Amino acid sequence: MENPDLLEEKIMSTDPNPAASSSAKPNSLGDISATRQANRQPGNRPLGSGLEARGIHAWFGKNHVLEDVSLDFAAGTVTALIGPSGCGKSTFIRTLNRMHEFIPGAAMAGEVLLDGKDVYDPGIDVTKIRLQIGMVFQKPNPFPSMTIGENVLSGIKLAQLKVDNKDDLLEECLVRAGLWSEVKDRLGAHAGGLSGGQQQRLCIARALAVKPKVLLMDEPCSALDPGSTLRIEDTIVELAKNITIVIVTHNMQQAARVSDYTSFFLSDGGPGQMIEVGPTSQIFSRPVDQRTENYVSGRFG
Amino acid sequence: MISSALDGKMTPGPREITSNPRLSDKFFRAIVTSFGFSALIILTLIGAFLAVRGFQIFKSEGLHFITGFKWDVTIDDAGEVTYDMGIGAMLVGTILISTVALVVGVPLSISVALFLTFYAPIRIRTFLISIVDLMAAFPSVLFGLWGYFVLMPMATYWSKLLYKYLNWIPIFDAPEKFFERSPFIAGLVLAIMIIPIVTSVSREVFAQTPLDRVQAAYALGATRWGMIRTVVLPFGTNGVIGGAMLGLGRAFGETVAVYTILNLVFRPNWHILYGAGGNIASLIILKWGEATDLETNALLAAGFVLFLMTLGVNMGANFIVGRTLKSGK
Repeated sequence: MENPDLLEEKIMSTDPNPAASSSAKPNSLGDISATRQANRQPGNRPLGSGLEARGIHAWFGKNHVLEDVSLDFAAGTVTALIGPSGCGKSTFIRTLNRMHEFIPGAAMAGEVLLDGKDVYDPGIDVTKIRLQIGMVFQKPNPFPSMTIGENVLSGIKLAQLKVDNKDDLLEECLVRAGLWSEVKDRLGAHAGGLSGGQQQRLCIARALAVKPKVLLMDEPCSALDPGSTLRIEDTIVELAKNITIVIVTHNMQQAARVSDYTSFFLSDGGPGQMIEVGPTSQIFSRPVDQRTENYVSGRFG
Repeated sequence: MISSALDGKMTPGPREITSNPRLSDKFFRAIVTSFGFSALIILTLIGAFLAVRGFQIFKSEGLHFITGFKWDVTIDDAGEVTYDMGIGAMLVGTILISTVALVVGVPLSISVALFLTFYAPIRIRTFLISIVDLMAAFPSVLFGLWGYFVLMPMATYWSKLLYKYLNWIPIFDAPEKFFERSPFIAGLVLAIMIIPIVTSVSREVFAQTPLDRVQAAYALGATRWGMIRTVVLPFGTNGVIGGAMLGLGRAFGETVAVYTILNLVFRPNWHILYGAGGNIASLIILKWGEATDLETNALLAAGFVLFLMTLGVNMGANFIVGRTLKSGK
C-alpha cells in the first residue's frame, strides 16, 4: 500500500487550496462540498491550531487495532474520518486528546503534535491538552444535575479559568452552537429536559466555552434525527471559520457536506489502517485507492 | 359489515396458561419459598415477642418510658414494688454516639470508597476491598477492647484539646473535666465500625457512575478530583446517604463495643466530651443479669423501641439506595 505520508504530501502540495480545485468536480457529492468550500472566506484561515498525528498505533490489551496512522490536520480545516465500523476511526480520534488511555488495557505508540509539541510528552499537563483539544461524543452527555447554563460553563469551572463576563460567554457559546434562540429563556432549566439534538448542541457549546483550538467530534450525529443532524452540520460549518475540526462519521453525505479533507480508514480483519486522505471532493470523485472508490460508491460498508 | 360480524362472535376470556410442574420442581419450590420467607418470619416473631413482653411497661409508663431519665426499681419491706423506668437518657446517648460515629465515619468511608474506585491500582484495590470487608466481620468486642486500651488514651487528649478551644460551643462543653469513657470516644470506635458498610454501599454506587459523563468531564480538561466533584458525587449522593443510614442502623444497635467504653449514666448528657452517656443496647446488657421479671420486661420494651428505630432507618436506607440504582440519576 502507498505510504500515507507521501500521499498526503502530494495532495497538500498539488492542492493547497481545496476551494479552487473543487470547482472542477463532476461528482454531485463533490459539488456540495465545493459549494460549502466556496462559501468559506479564505481570509479567515488559518485559525485554530494545526494538529499532526505521526505513526499512531493503538492496542487494546494484545489486540492491535490501529496501525501506523499519520495525518495532518491543518489549522482551520474540517477533516472527516470515514470508514466501516471497527476500522479504528474512533480509537484514532481518541488518541488525539488522550482519551484513549482511560480504557483499561489501552496502549498507543506514535506522536501527536499540537502546534509542534507532543501531547504525550511526560512534561505536559494532560488537562491543558484536553482544554485545547475539545471533544464531542457520539451520545449527547450533558451533566444532568446541572442547568443548561451551568452545563455550558462547567468546563470553565472545572479548569478554574477566569472569565470576565460569564453571561457573555454563555450567550456566545450557545449562539455558536446554534442553540441560543431555543434555550435563552430557560437557561436555569435542567439539561435533561432538552431533546437529543438540543443536548448534543449543548455539548458542543460546553466544549466551545473553554476556547479549544481543535474540536474532535466522534460521530456527533449518529444518535440524532435528520433535522437535528442538519442543525449540527450548520453549526460545524459555522465553527470551522475559526477552529480546527476532526469529525468521525458514518454518513458520507455528511462528510461531503461539512469537510475540507476526508480520510478513509479500513481494517481487513487486522488492525485498522488509514488508506487514503485528500480533499473531500477528490476522495468522493476520483480516489486514488480502489478500496476507497468501492467504499464511497457504496459497494461495501 | 365487518363490525357486525365481529359483534356476533363471542369474545373469549383470556386463557389461563398453566403447565403441571414436576414433583421435583414443586418440592424445590416449597423449600426455597419457605426459606425465602424465613427472614421475614423470624424478624416478625422477634418484634412480636418484644412488643408482647414490653406491653405491660408501655401501658403503665406510657410516654414517660421514652422521656423519663430514671431507672429505679425498689421493693419495700412489705414487698410492694415501685418503679420509675425511662430510657430517655439512653435515647439521648444513642443519638449522640451515632451522630459522632456518622460525622467521623462517613467522610472517612467516602474517601475510602473514592480511593478504591478511582485511584487505587487494580491489584491493591482487590486486596483493600477484602480488608475493608474483613473489618465488617471483625468481632465488636475486640473493637471495644482496642478502643478502651489504645484509642481512649489518645482520644482523651483530643477531647481535652476540643474542650480547651471549642468549649464555647455547647456540645463541646463539659460540667466536669472528666473526659474518659465519653460518648465522643464511643462514637469514634463506632465510626470505625461503620466504615465497611458505608464504604461498600458508596463504592457500589460510585462504580455505577455513567461512563459518558465521566468522559465528558475529562474531555473538558477536568482533573480527576474535578471529575469526581462534578460527576461522581452528584450522582452518588443518594447512595452515600443510604449507606450512611445503614451505618446509622448499625451504630444504633451496637452493644458490646459501646458497653466496653462508655460510662453508662442515667441522666441526660448532651456533652459529647463528658464521660457519661448511654445507649439502649448497652442498657440492656448492663441490667440483664440482675433484672427482676418486671425489669426484664422493661428491658425488652426498650429493645422494642430500638428495634423500631433500626427498622425505620434501614428501610429508609434501602429505599434511598434502591432509588439511585434504578433511576440512574
